[in-house]
Amino acid sequence: MNPWLRLILYLVAAPVAGGLLAGWDRRVSARMQSRRGPPILQPFYDVLKLWQKQNLAVCPSQNYYVLFFLLLVIFTGALFFAGSDLLLVIFALTTASIFFVLGAYKASSPFSFIGAERELIQMMAYEPMVLLTAIGMYMATKTFYVHEIAGHGGMLVLALPGVFLGFVFMLEIKFRKSPFDLSSSHHAHQELVRGITTEFSGRALAMIEVAHWYESVFLLGWVWLFFASSPVLGVVMALVVYGFVVLVDNVFARLKWQTALASAWAVTAVLGFGNIIVLSLQR
Amino acid sequence: MTFVLTLVLVPFLAGLVLLCLRADWLRRWVVITVTAAVCAWSIALACQPAPMDLGDLPVSRHGLNLGMMIVEALMGLYILWVGLRARHFLIVALMLAQGAVMVWFEGLAGADVNAGHALFVDKFSIIMALINGLVGGGICLYALGYMREYHTEAHRDVPDRRPLFFALLFVFMGAMFGLVFADDLPWLFFFWEITTLCSFLLIGYTQTAEARKNALRALVMNLAGGLTFALAIVCFYRDTHSLGLQAMIHSGHAVALLPAALLCFAGITKAAQCPFSSWLLGAMVAPTPVSALLHSSTMVKAGVYLILRLAPVITGTTVGMMVASVGGVTFLIGSLAAITTPEAKRVLAWSTVANLGLVVLCGGIGTSQAVWAGVLLIIFHAVAKCLLFLCVGVVEHKLHSRNIEDMSGLVLYMPRVAVMMLIGMAGMSLAPFGMLISKWAVLRAVVDACPLLSVFIVFGSAATLFFWVKWMGKLVEVVRPQTRVIHEISLDESVALYGLSVVTFLACLFFPLLSTQLVEPYVAGVYGRSGSLGQGNIIIMVIMMMLVMLFPFSFLSRGRGVKLVDPYLGGANVQGSSRFTGSGGAVENMTLQNYYMGSVLNEAWLSRVAVAGGVGLLAVMIVFAIL
Repeated sequence: MNPWLRLILYLVAAPVAGGLLAGWDRRVSARMQSRRGPPILQPFYDVLKLWQKQNLAVCPSQNYYVLFFLLLVIFTGALFFAGSDLLLVIFALTTASIFFVLGAYKASSPFSFIGAERELIQMMAYEPMVLLTAIGMYMATKTFYVHEIAGHGGMLVLALPGVFLGFVFMLEIKFRKSPFDLSSSHHAHQELVRGITTEFSGRALAMIEVAHWYESVFLLGWVWLFFASSPVLGVVMALVVYGFVVLVDNVFARLKWQTALASAWAVTAVLGFGNIIVLSLQR
Repeated sequence: MTFVLTLVLVPFLAGLVLLCLRADWLRRWVVITVTAAVCAWSIALACQPAPMDLGDLPVSRHGLNLGMMIVEALMGLYILWVGLRARHFLIVALMLAQGAVMVWFEGLAGADVNAGHALFVDKFSIIMALINGLVGGGICLYALGYMREYHTEAHRDVPDRRPLFFALLFVFMGAMFGLVFADDLPWLFFFWEITTLCSFLLIGYTQTAEARKNALRALVMNLAGGLTFALAIVCFYRDTHSLGLQAMIHSGHAVALLPAALLCFAGITKAAQCPFSSWLLGAMVAPTPVSALLHSSTMVKAGVYLILRLAPVITGTTVGMMVASVGGVTFLIGSLAAITTPEAKRVLAWSTVANLGLVVLCGGIGTSQAVWAGVLLIIFHAVAKCLLFLCVGVVEHKLHSRNIEDMSGLVLYMPRVAVMMLIGMAGMSLAPFGMLISKWAVLRAVVDACPLLSVFIVFGSAATLFFWVKWMGKLVEVVRPQTRVIHEISLDESVALYGLSVVTFLACLFFPLLSTQLVEPYVAGVYGRSGSLGQGNIIIMVIMMMLVMLFPFSFLSRGRGVKLVDPYLGGANVQGSSRFTGSGGAVENMTLQNYYMGSVLNEAWLSRVAVAGGVGLLAVMIVFAIL
C-alpha cells in the first residue's frame, strides 16, 4: 500500500478504532466485575460531552502542553504507519509524553504533580524495553524502517520471543493499566485522585482521551509487526494482547513504584537483553 | 600558518597582560577585545578550506622546542613543590616518573624531534577551535560580571585574585587551541600539561580546605594521564621513529596499538570517565565560569577529542572494545547518579560525565557512523551544557542556592534565565534537538558494531530522561507566590547568555548544515565514507523540529477563553494554591518535592561501582594492548 494512503487511513481510522477499543475495554472490564457496563460507543459520547464543557484551568498555559502532546502522539503514529525509522518513532513518542508530563507539572496541584512524577518513573521503566524491541527487530531484519520490517517475510516473533514477552509486559505500563497504573488511576476516589490528569478538564481532557486512542492503535500496530508475515494472524494477536492487558488490569492490584521499576528493568534485562544476546551469538 | 599561530598565541599573551592588570575597567576592555578577536578569528578559520597546508613555521623549530622544554620543566618543578607542600607523595611520584620518562625520551630522540609537521588543521580541529572560541569566549565575557558579583556580594570572604583568575582562563583557552592544532606529539603533550596545571589552579581558586583537596585530586588523576601520555610518546617513537599524531592514526593498529591505548587512557582521565570521574565532581567547588569552562569547551573535551582522533587505530580491537565499555559504564552510572542529587551543579556534572561517556563509547567503537555521532555529541553538548552552567550560576547568585527544589516556579520570577535554561535542557534531552539526534546515531552505530553495548545506552537514556524532565517540571510549575527579580542579569552576562542561547538554537536548527559542512567531510577524510542518518530521516526530523518550535507561539493566545480556578488540594483552599484547610480544621501548607529515588539509588554506592568497573576495564585494556 502507498505510504500516503496508509498515513491518511491512520489519521482517520485510528481514533475510531481506538475509541471502540476503549469502549470494548470498559465493557469487558464491567463483565469481569459482574456489571453490565456502558455501551460500546460510550468513549465517543464522553469525548463529545467533554468538548462542550467550560474550559477550566489552574494555569493559563497548561492546556497548550496537552495540545502538543496530542499533536506529537498523532505525529508518532503517523511516522510509524508511514513506515519510518523505528528509533525515530520512539523518540517522537517520548517527546510527546514529556509534553504531557510538563503540562501536569504546570498545573501544580499535588495530585497532578505526583502523577507527573510517577509518569516519569513509568517512562523510565518502559523506555529501555521499547528501545530493545527496536534493536531486536533491527537485528532480526537488518533494518529500522517499519515498512521494510513489515515486508521482511519471516515471522518476527519466532526470532524474538523474549523481546515479544518483554514488549507485552511494557504495554501494561504504557497503557497505565493495573498493576502499573501508578500515574493515573481510572477512578477519582482513590488516593491519587486522577493523578496526572487531575487538573485537566473539558477540551484538554478530551484531547488526552483522543491521544490515548491514537496511542493504543499505534502500540497495537507494533504488536502486529511481530506477526507481519501473516497479517490476519497479526490483527488477531494484537486483539489477544489487548484482551490480555485488560484481563491483567482486572486481576492485579497496584504495585509500589519501586517494585514497578525494578520488575520492568528486570524483565527488560532478562527477556529483552537475553534475546539480544542470543541473536548476537547467532550472527 | 600565521592564522593558526595567532589563534594560539593571542590568548596566551592576553593572559600575561591580564595577570598584570589590577583596574577593573581596564581588565574588562582587554577581555572584551580579546574575546571578540578570538571569536572572529575562529569563525574566519572555519571558512578556510581544510585540511589546510600550513607550510613551515616562521621561527626556528629548535628554539621553540627548547622554550617549551624550559616551560615544561618549570611546570614540573612547580607541581613537585605543590606535591611536597601538601605532603601528597603520589603527586611527587607521578611527576618524577613523568620527568624520568621525558628525560629518557630526550636521550632517545635527541635532535630528531624537529622532524615532521608541528601543526595540523582539518575539519575536526576547526570544529574544536570553533567551540573553544565561541563557547570559551562566551564564558570569559560572562565571568566579568559573575566574578564582580562573586567578590563584592556573594563571597566576600574569598580573597580577590581576579587578575590571576582571568589570566588562567585565557591561558587555558590558548592551550586548548594549541592542543587541537598540534600534530607533533610532544607539542600536544605540552599543551595537555598546561590544561592540567590551569585546571588545578582554577579549581583551587577559593583556597578553602575543600577546594585545595579537590584541586589536588584533579591534579593527581590528570598526572596519571600525563604519565601514560609520556609513555605513549616514547613507545611510539621507539617503534616507528616518528612523532606525529597523523602518522600514528595512519599507521594502523598493528603498529600503534599500545601507544594509542596509552593515549586513550590519558584521554579517559582527562574526560573524567570511570574510574576517574570524581575529580570533575569535585571541581564544582570552583566559581561557576570555571565549571562551565571545564565542562563544555576545554579540559574534558580535550580528552574526548584525543579518543575520537584515535578511533581509526583502535576500532575493531579489544582495546577499542574496552574503551567503549568504559564509556558505556560511565554513561549508565553517570545518568543514574544524576537522578539522586537535588544540587543543580552536581546534576550537570554527572550529566557531563555521562554524555562524555557516550562520546568515548563512540570513539571506542570507531566506525565512521560512531565517529560522526561522537563529533556531533561534542558540539551539542558543549553549547547546551555551557548555557546551563551559566544559567545556574546566575540563579545561584540571586537565590543563594543551587538546589533544584528552590528553583520551583523560576519561570515566573526569573523568566529570561528560566527560558534560557529550558532551551539548554531541551537541547540536551528533547527529541528532535541536538543531543537526541546524536544519541540516536550512537544507538545505530552501536547496534551495527556491537549490539551488546546497547544495553548501557538503553538503560542510561531512560535515566537521563527522568532527571532532565523533573528539573524542567520544577522550573515551569507555579506554586509559591514570588516577586519577580528586577535585575536578572548584568550586561556582560546577558551578552554571553543570549549569545549561547542563540548558538544552541541555531546549532539545533541547522544541524543538517553542520553535519554536511563540517562533520561529514572530516569523517569522509578519515574513513573514505561518511556516516549520516539518511536524507529522509533528516527531513522528518526537521518537520518535527518545526512542530515543537511552534510550541512557544501557542502562548500568544495565553489565557484566552479559559476560566482560572484553584487546584484541588484535598481540602478547602486558603488564599490561592499553596495552603488549604485540612480535615482537622488547621491550615496546612502544601509543598511539592521531586523524587530522588533515595530508596533504590545511592550516589556513593554508584561511585564505588564506577571505580571498580572502570579499574577492571582499564586493566584489561592495558593488558591486551601490551600483548
